[in-house]
Amino acid sequence: MSVAVGTLDRDQPQAGPTQPSGALKRTGDWARRAPLLPALIFMIVVTQLPFIATLGISFMDWNAYYPNERGFAGFANYRRVLTDVNMRDAVLTTIELTVSVVLVSLILGLLIALLLDRKFLGRGAVRTMMIAPFLVVPVAAALVFKHALYNPEYGLLNGSLHWFLGLFGVDNPAQPDWISKWPLPAVAVSIIWQWTPFMMLILLAGLQSRPLDVIEAARIDGAGSWQIFRHMTLPHLRPYLELSALLGSIYIVQDFDHVFTITSGGLGTANLPYAIYTTFYNAHDYGRASAAGVVTVFGTIIIATFALRTVSSLFREG
Amino acid sequence: MSTATKTAPAKPAPTTPTRVAPPPRPRRGGVLLGVLAWVVGLVFVVPVLWMVLTSLHSESDAATNPPSLFAPLTLQGYREFFGASAGTSPWPSLANSLTASVGSTILVLLLSLPAAYALSIRPVRKWTDVMFFFLSTKMLPVVAGLLPIYLFAQNVGLLDNLWYLTLLYTSMNLPIAVWMLRSFLIEVPIEMLEAAQVDGAGFTRTLRQIIAPVVMPGIAATSLICFIFSWNELLFARVLTGTRAQTAPVYLTGFVTSQGLFLAKVCAAAVVVSLPVLIAGFAAQDKLVQGLSMGAVK
Repeated sequence: MSVAVGTLDRDQPQAGPTQPSGALKRTGDWARRAPLLPALIFMIVVTQLPFIATLGISFMDWNAYYPNERGFAGFANYRRVLTDVNMRDAVLTTIELTVSVVLVSLILGLLIALLLDRKFLGRGAVRTMMIAPFLVVPVAAALVFKHALYNPEYGLLNGSLHWFLGLFGVDNPAQPDWISKWPLPAVAVSIIWQWTPFMMLILLAGLQSRPLDVIEAARIDGAGSWQIFRHMTLPHLRPYLELSALLGSIYIVQDFDHVFTITSGGLGTANLPYAIYTTFYNAHDYGRASAAGVVTVFGTIIIATFALRTVSSLFREG
Repeated sequence: MSTATKTAPAKPAPTTPTRVAPPPRPRRGGVLLGVLAWVVGLVFVVPVLWMVLTSLHSESDAATNPPSLFAPLTLQGYREFFGASAGTSPWPSLANSLTASVGSTILVLLLSLPAAYALSIRPVRKWTDVMFFFLSTKMLPVVAGLLPIYLFAQNVGLLDNLWYLTLLYTSMNLPIAVWMLRSFLIEVPIEMLEAAQVDGAGFTRTLRQIIAPVVMPGIAATSLICFIFSWNELLFARVLTGTRAQTAPVYLTGFVTSQGLFLAKVCAAAVVVSLPVLIAGFAAQDKLVQGLSMGAVK
């Protein structure tokens, strides 16, 4: 820090007394770069080096249970990852989970944002209520969903069914075991519950940045609500929709907490992060876990390319 | 902004007939949509309320079907959670979470503030490339680097070490902080910086009098977001910590092992662990959007 500040001072000759910290004779370029370097170097060391190591290990035969058989494996790990049924299931589960959660929470988020964009009594209170799910620690939320809501005997869902149908004289209503009957949707719903507020907040910010005078003019010129939504609001919201979808996918692709807590990856809910976690943490197959990690990265790069393009377009407008 | 200009029509504004928008009339169905908004809000908040209510019931009242809404309230669940009837006390893990979250947030600020400065006020060449490098690290899945991070810790003896976890949380949040702080720093008017230079204001004075007022709310919001993400983190903590450096989310995952009735206790635990995040989040409510979108949306 102090070095960075010192070099900056040196680069601004008019900016007051120069600091006596000589020694560093840098060009203006380096004086500008200096404050950036600690963060940049830190990020390269902590995020890029491990990935390079993963890439290396992915070509190795390395299982901690068989320490003597360590060696070069070529593409064997990749072949195993791509042909292994569990891994292929994990890839499909990841796609299913991510796409369904992002789509549903995006649509819900848009609808709720539209509702909250209108003035009504207690709007602030409803907005605060809507944010709450996002602010529950994911593990805690997953625990509450699993035990307090989904539990077949005393969970709130079945309890409410019992009570509600009881009002209509149904004595023995269906009391499904939600998690074992619909494992993936059960996990998805808990994630959707947490991420809809995220989508809603970004879309609401987008809605509130609309040029209201233009919309009012269109209304005076006789445009209907649907026409205004279709031809003015939606185009304006497009970058916000893309941004929230892509930021959401970055986090949801990586979801581990809900899968781990609600089903422990059972019943076909193991997504890639969970499958890799078990391959490495329980099976100690380091080579295969690394190959799966690399495959995940390639999948993510495809999403990320779109993400970066979107964000950069938003960035230029702003 | 627009309302401010409307309320000052006294000035003879020359020939720009801005149409004064009429106040939004309550339309037909407006009340209905308001009610719908309330219903949706309630549906979303019910699990949170249910968590709190259940945590305040006795175990036998918590596990009834149909649910007993109006059972007497008790702090038994909290007493058992803190009294650690389940085994180990939750206090060390809560303290660990606090240390790792606050520690990494401070580190993030120390690293990201100079970086954001070098990306906005006196930008380096190709600063957009640097920004996108930071963003791209956020897209690298955690699992892709987890194994080397684990093996390194194992070989160097950093497993179950809270500071190692703190460093990883710093890397997790640094990109968000750089993006967010930059979005605040670019709001510092260049003219004011130039004026300060002409007046002969030193770097520290410029920092304190011109930059700090603009950036302070940004620092506050960034800190809260970084705190929330660190506090919530499970995967790193689960893999890298054991008994000593265990964090609160890891403690929670190991909490449900006992047989019999435990629902009130679980809910109490969930409430306690979520409370810091709920407080931080509601405190940062107006800046939450900016933080979550990494400063792209204001």
